Amino acid sequence: MEPMAIARMLETRFPYDVLQVVESRGQMSVVVQRDHIQEICGWLHDSPELMMNHLLDLCGVDYCKKFNAFEVVYNLYSIPLRHMIRIRARIPEDDCWIDSVTPIWRGADWHERECFDLVGIFFRCHPDLRRILLPESWQGHPLRKEYPVQLAPEMEWEGYTELKERARQLRQFDFHRCDIGLNGQAQLATAMAKETCDAGN
Amino acid sequence: MPEIEQRSISVPVASGEERDLFKIQMGPQHPATHGVLKLDLYLDGETIVKCIPDVGFLHRGFEKMAEKKTYAQFLPLTDRLDYIGAMANNVGYCVAVETLLNIEVPLRAQYIRTIVSEMSRIAGHLLWLATHALDIGAMTVFLYCFREREMILDLFEELCGARLTTSYTRLGGVRQDITADFANGLAKFLQVFPAGIEEYETLIDTNRIWLKRTKGVGVITAEQAIQLGFTGPTLRGSGVDYDVRKHRPYCVYDRLDFEVPIGQVGDVYDRYRCRMEELRQSISIIDQCLGQLPPGPIINKDAPDLLMPVTPPRTVGAESTLTSGFISLLQQHAVYMEGDVYVSVEAPKGELGFYFVSDGEGRPYRMHIRSPSYIHIGGLPSLCEGEMVADIIACIGSLDVVLGECDR
Repeated sequence: MEPMAIARMLETRFPYDVLQVVESRGQMSVVVQRDHIQEICGWLHDSPELMMNHLLDLCGVDYCKKFNAFEVVYNLYSIPLRHMIRIRARIPEDDCWIDSVTPIWRGADWHERECFDLVGIFFRCHPDLRRILLPESWQGHPLRKEYPVQLAPEMEWEGYTELKERARQLRQFDFHRCDIGLNGQAQLATAMAKETCDAGN
Repeated sequence: MPEIEQRSISVPVASGEERDLFKIQMGPQHPATHGVLKLDLYLDGETIVKCIPDVGFLHRGFEKMAEKKTYAQFLPLTDRLDYIGAMANNVGYCVAVETLLNIEVPLRAQYIRTIVSEMSRIAGHLLWLATHALDIGAMTVFLYCFREREMILDLFEELCGARLTTSYTRLGGVRQDITADFANGLAKFLQVFPAGIEEYETLIDTNRIWLKRTKGVGVITAEQAIQLGFTGPTLRGSGVDYDVRKHRPYCVYDRLDFEVPIGQVGDVYDRYRCRMEELRQSISIIDQCLGQLPPGPIINKDAPDLLMPVTPPRTVGAESTLTSGFISLLQQHAVYMEGDVYVSVEAPKGELGFYFVSDGEGRPYRMHIRSPSYIHIGGLPSLCEGEMVADIIACIGSLDVVLGECDR
């Protein structure tokens, strides 16, 4: 089915939820409110004319600087019918949650955890909403626009600070002869190789 | 196993009564996890009751980095996603950006891209077969696979100077045309490789231990596999006919005649069979491409190159030949369009997708990578719960995961 036709069907089925239909490079996006995302996705998945059984991709986008909202983007595909549609659920910045779609596509589990981890969107009724790519003790959500690429030293993750401290402490044991520099190390290596050679002879 | 600790935790098991389970941490430094994958296994005897994968040890923040780089600057980082099949990532990234920015690619470049992505599929599958067989205990096949993989890497070196981190494609084409040496080497490879595949199959398919360890292990049905979002040979092993090359053709796959191998049962053995048949199909694809390869340019003249500036350059010397190329591009504003696009390609591991949001600034506003390995590891518990602890190695191997791509 043509993406435009799918968008029109969605508009007739959920007139109060569909905010707008956007076309971009021949791909159709339907922007919806977040409140009934489970019903919308469930209908797309179960309807015999659509059969959107494959969740291609799910990710969060931070539009806070543009229009004070986040978006969760669902790229859906139907393997038997070979058509594609994109659903973009708009989430207000100050009330940042959406219902999980894991009952509809089980594969959404890790996608949603990643989205929670990196963008900081809370998925209601998710079976196991924890950080996934970053450590549990990480502060903040890096894919938000206000998060800097390079953190200030005092903002660094505590694990990294600990690691650096450990490395500094280990230096006193002189495993690699740091004090003699690269040149000195090369000389040392040559001397040792010569010793081994002599011993062999 | 690196660390074993016994804890008496109570997880309800199938029979209803609560039993003490044995917890094993497998990884992150375990040779059979193919990288830094950590699994928390809860065992009842030798049966896996619960498996909790833990990923993220190789997270480098590519998606955040992409927001600070121009489209062309991000290309070398795609090599570091699936570092076994870097060419396929390069092609996937460029196809996605070209769709976003409406850049046309000359036909010859498209054929070359098809050739290199199939070569990277062969290289990826060979490395998979070698390590997977090694994990299960069929050690003989390891070096035979590396013998042929070496030929492909040598050809890559001839083509672009690098063996693994290729960065070969450019927005709007490819970096260099194929040379006579490359064409001859490839023809020679295509001649010897079918015999190589037969050799691996003789070594493996008649091995009783291999068959015992793969048949009926890690079974996943077609519905489950679709539910979990599996793609690539992992999905096709369960009998689902889904291949991006056929469903949403990119490059010149719609001009080529090839088949998509499909399994039946969905066990480790079927996934192995699918990949072996894919090797044969790749040979046929490369053969057809070499036959049809048209003459012509290999890169679109208007394509933005690495020099593509994000901010308009100072107008000094705009008349000169050196700079006029990209200044005219900027003036037309042809490359910076707003909108979002999701484009995917069939990488060796499965469907590699890129979702771009552009706000017309010359850098991606948001880029998301749909990496097949991430989703496959997410589905690993469904494969291995209820199996023996030894089978988890076979399950991980049959998913063909690369942690660089999983953690991004």
